[in-house]
Amino acid sequence: MTDLTQEQVRERIERRLAGRHRVEKTFRGLGIASIAFGILAVVILFSDIIAKGSGAFVQSAVQLEVHYDPAVLGIEQVDEESLTWANFTGVIREALRERFPEVSGRSEKRELYSLVSTGAPFKLRNRLQADPELLGRSETVWVAADDDVDTFVKSLSDSGGGFRGRTSDRMIRWIDQLLASGELKKRFNSNFFTNGDSREPEQAGIRAALVGSLLTLLVTLALSFPIGVAAAIYLEEYAPRNRWTDLIEVNINNLAAVPSIVFGLLGLAIFINFFELPRSAPLVGGLVLTLMTLPTIIISSRAALKSVPPSIREAAMGMGASRMQVVFHHVLPLAMPGMLTGTIIGMAQALGETAPLLMIGMVAFIVDVPGGVTDPATVLPVQIFLWADSPERAFVERTSAAIMVLLSFLIVMNTSAVWLRKKLERRW
Amino acid sequence: MNTMTLDAAGQTAPAQPESVEKATVDTDTRVTETVGQPFCDDAKLRMRGINVFYGETQAINDVSLDIGRNEVVAMIGPSGCGKSTFLRCINRMNDTIEGCRVEGDLTLDDEPIYGPRVDVVPLRARVGMVFQKPNPFPKSIYENVAYGPKIHGIASRRAELDEIVENSLRRAGLWNEVKDRLDQPGTGLSGGQQQRLCIARAIAVSPEVILMDEPCSALDPIATARIEELIDELRENYTIAIVTHSMQQAARVSQRTAYFHLGHLVEVNDTETVFTNPQHELTEAYITGRFG
Ligand SMILES: Nc1ncnc2c1ncn2[C@@H]1O[C@H](COP(=O)(O)OP(=O)(O)OP(=O)(O)O)[C@@H](O)[C@H]1O
Ligand SMILES: [Mg+2]
Repeated sequence: MTDLTQEQVRERIERRLAGRHRVEKTFRGLGIASIAFGILAVVILFSDIIAKGSGAFVQSAVQLEVHYDPAVLGIEQVDEESLTWANFTGVIREALRERFPEVSGRSEKRELYSLVSTGAPFKLRNRLQADPELLGRSETVWVAADDDVDTFVKSLSDSGGGFRGRTSDRMIRWIDQLLASGELKKRFNSNFFTNGDSREPEQAGIRAALVGSLLTLLVTLALSFPIGVAAAIYLEEYAPRNRWTDLIEVNINNLAAVPSIVFGLLGLAIFINFFELPRSAPLVGGLVLTLMTLPTIIISSRAALKSVPPSIREAAMGMGASRMQVVFHHVLPLAMPGMLTGTIIGMAQALGETAPLLMIGMVAFIVDVPGGVTDPATVLPVQIFLWADSPERAFVERTSAAIMVLLSFLIVMNTSAVWLRKKLERRW
Repeated sequence: MNTMTLDAAGQTAPAQPESVEKATVDTDTRVTETVGQPFCDDAKLRMRGINVFYGETQAINDVSLDIGRNEVVAMIGPSGCGKSTFLRCINRMNDTIEGCRVEGDLTLDDEPIYGPRVDVVPLRARVGMVFQKPNPFPKSIYENVAYGPKIHGIASRRAELDEIVENSLRRAGLWNEVKDRLDQPGTGLSGGQQQRLCIARAIAVSPEVILMDEPCSALDPIATARIEELIDELRENYTIAIVTHSMQQAARVSQRTAYFHLGHLVEVNDTETVFTNPQHELTEAYITGRFG
C-alpha cells in the first residue's frame, strides 16, 4: 500500500469538495421548492374557500312594515297555544301587498310573496312571543329575503348582469325598487350562527353541527385521553417485554392504519345494534371516534414516555421511589407535553372525520341544536358534506363558509396545542 | 486524608514507563481465586458467589466480598470489567435492566437483599446511590433534596423538612453556594454542583450504605477534592463503596481497594498494600500501566 503525501490527500479532498457543495445546494433548493409548493397549495385553498364562502356571512333582508293584526293572525291573545297556529304568513303577505299595492292577479302575487324567505313568519312569531304587547300594533322589521333573491343580489355586484336563476323580470323590477329605496340590504347573517340546518338556505345555520361536533369531541376527549395515556403508561412502564406485548404493539400500530369507515361499521354493529344506544347521537359518535383516535394517542404517548431520559428514572428509583412514584412524579410531567400534542392531533383528526359518522346515522337532517350527548346531532364535516350535495346555489357559499368555520376550529386547536406544549415544557 | 493538596487531586493516570520493550501482561490470564482479604469481621455488606448475567453473557463471575461498617472500599479496574454492574447489584438497580439476572447471596446486616419477600423501596432508602453522570431531577434544588424524605415520610413537618434539606446541603458542601436560590432548578447548577446536589439528595434519607459510581468523573480537581473530603467525613456514619478510574482517588479516600478484571475480582487488600505491594500480577500490571 502506498502512503499518500499530505499534498495528494489535500488534492483529493479539494476535488470532492465542489461536488459536495453542489449536492448541498441542490438539496437546499429542493427543500425550498417543496415548502413553496406547500405554501402555494395552502394559499390557493384558503383564498378559494374564503372567496366562495365569505358571502354566506351576509344575507339580503327586506324591510317590511308589518301590522300584527289579530284578525289576520286569527288570535285574540298571545299564549303558547295561539302562537303555534297564528297566521304569521298572512301578516307578511299583507305587508308585502301594502308595499306594492299595484300587484294583482294570482301568479303575480305568488311571485311577490316569494321575495321573502318562508322562514320569515318564524321571526315574527319570535318577536311576538318576546313582546306580547305588539299584538294589534305595527312595527318595521327586517326579514330574510328568499335565497334566489339573495343569490341574485349578491351576484349583481360582481359582473353587472347578475345570476337570475328563477327570478322573473317582474321580481327584478321589485328588487331594483327595494334596493333603490334602501329597503333591501345585505346585512350580517346571524341565522348562520344561530340556526340549525334547514331546507331553505337563507335559514340554514351551522349552530347544530357546531354543537354536535363539540359534544362529540368532548366524549372523544373524555374517553380517549385517559384510556390512551393509561394504556401507554402500562405498556411502556409496567408490561413485561414478551410475545404478548409485542402482539399488542403490532395490533395498535395496525389499528392506527385501519380505514376509519371500518370503525364506523364496528360502532354500528356494537354500540347501536348490540348495546342499543341511540342513533345519530354524539355519544355514539364519540365512542367511534375514540376507537379511531386511541391508537394515535397511545403511540404518541409511548413515544413521549420513551423520550424521558433514563437517568431521571434511575435517579428516582435509586432514591427508593416506587414504580408508580417514578411514573407520576418524574416521568409523566416530562412526557405530558408530548402526550398532549399527540392527543390534540388525534382530536383534530376526529374533528374532521366524516365516514365513520355516516355509518352511525349522524348524517341525518338535524334542525334542532342538540342539548345533550344522546340527542340526535350532526357534525361539521357531515354538514359540509350535506350542503355540498344540495342543489341550491346559495348552499355553495354556505358550504365554503362551513369549511371556514371548521378550519378556524382546527387552527384554534392546533394553536392551543403549540401554546400548551410551550407552557408545559420545562426549560430545565 | 484531608491533608492532600490541590495538585494531588489531579486525575491523570500514573506516568507510563518510557521504555519501548516494557513487559506486557496477557490480559487473558485466567483468574481462579481472589487474592488478599475480601472478607472482614464487622461486615455491613456480605456478598458471596455473585454471578451476574446480561442475557447469555456473564458480566460478573463468582465474586465474594465484604464491605465493613464505616469503611470505604474502592473498586478499580479496566473499563468494562463489571464494576458498575457489581455496584448496582447492591441496591438492586440491576432489577430495572431487561434480561439482567443476579445469582448469589447478598446480605445487608445479615438480612438478604435478594429474595421474594424483600421490598426494594426500603432497601434503596437504606442503600443510596450516586451515579456517574449527575442526574438531578428537573425540579428546584429544594425539591431535589426534599424528594427522598418526602416519599419515605421521614419529615412530619415543614420545618423538619427544611432542616433536613439544609443539613444535607451543608454536608455535601453546597449550602453556601445555593442557600439563596433553593427554588431555582437543580439542573441549572454547574456539573460539580449538580453532583454535590445528588450527594445531598442521597444522604437526605440517611442511608446506611452509599454507592458511588465514578462520582468525580465529570468534575474538575477542585470539585473532586471537595467530594473526596466529603467522602472522608461521611465515613464516620456511612459505609461507602466507590468505583473510580483514578488510582490517586482510590488511594486517598479508601481503606481497602478491590481490583476487578473481566468480571472477576482479582485482588482485595488494604489500599496501601494494593498500591505499593500488589500481590497479583494483573493488579500490578494495571496500577503500573503495563497492559498490552
Ligand atoms: N445493560 C447492559 N446490557 C448488556 N450488557 C451490559 C449492560 N451493561 C453492561 N453490560 C456489559 O457488562 C460488562 C460490564 O459492564 P460495566 O458497566 O459493569 O463495566 P464497568 O466496569 O463499570 O466499566 P466502566 O469503567 O467503563 O464504567 C460489559 O462488558 C458491558 O458490555
Ligand atoms: Mg461503569
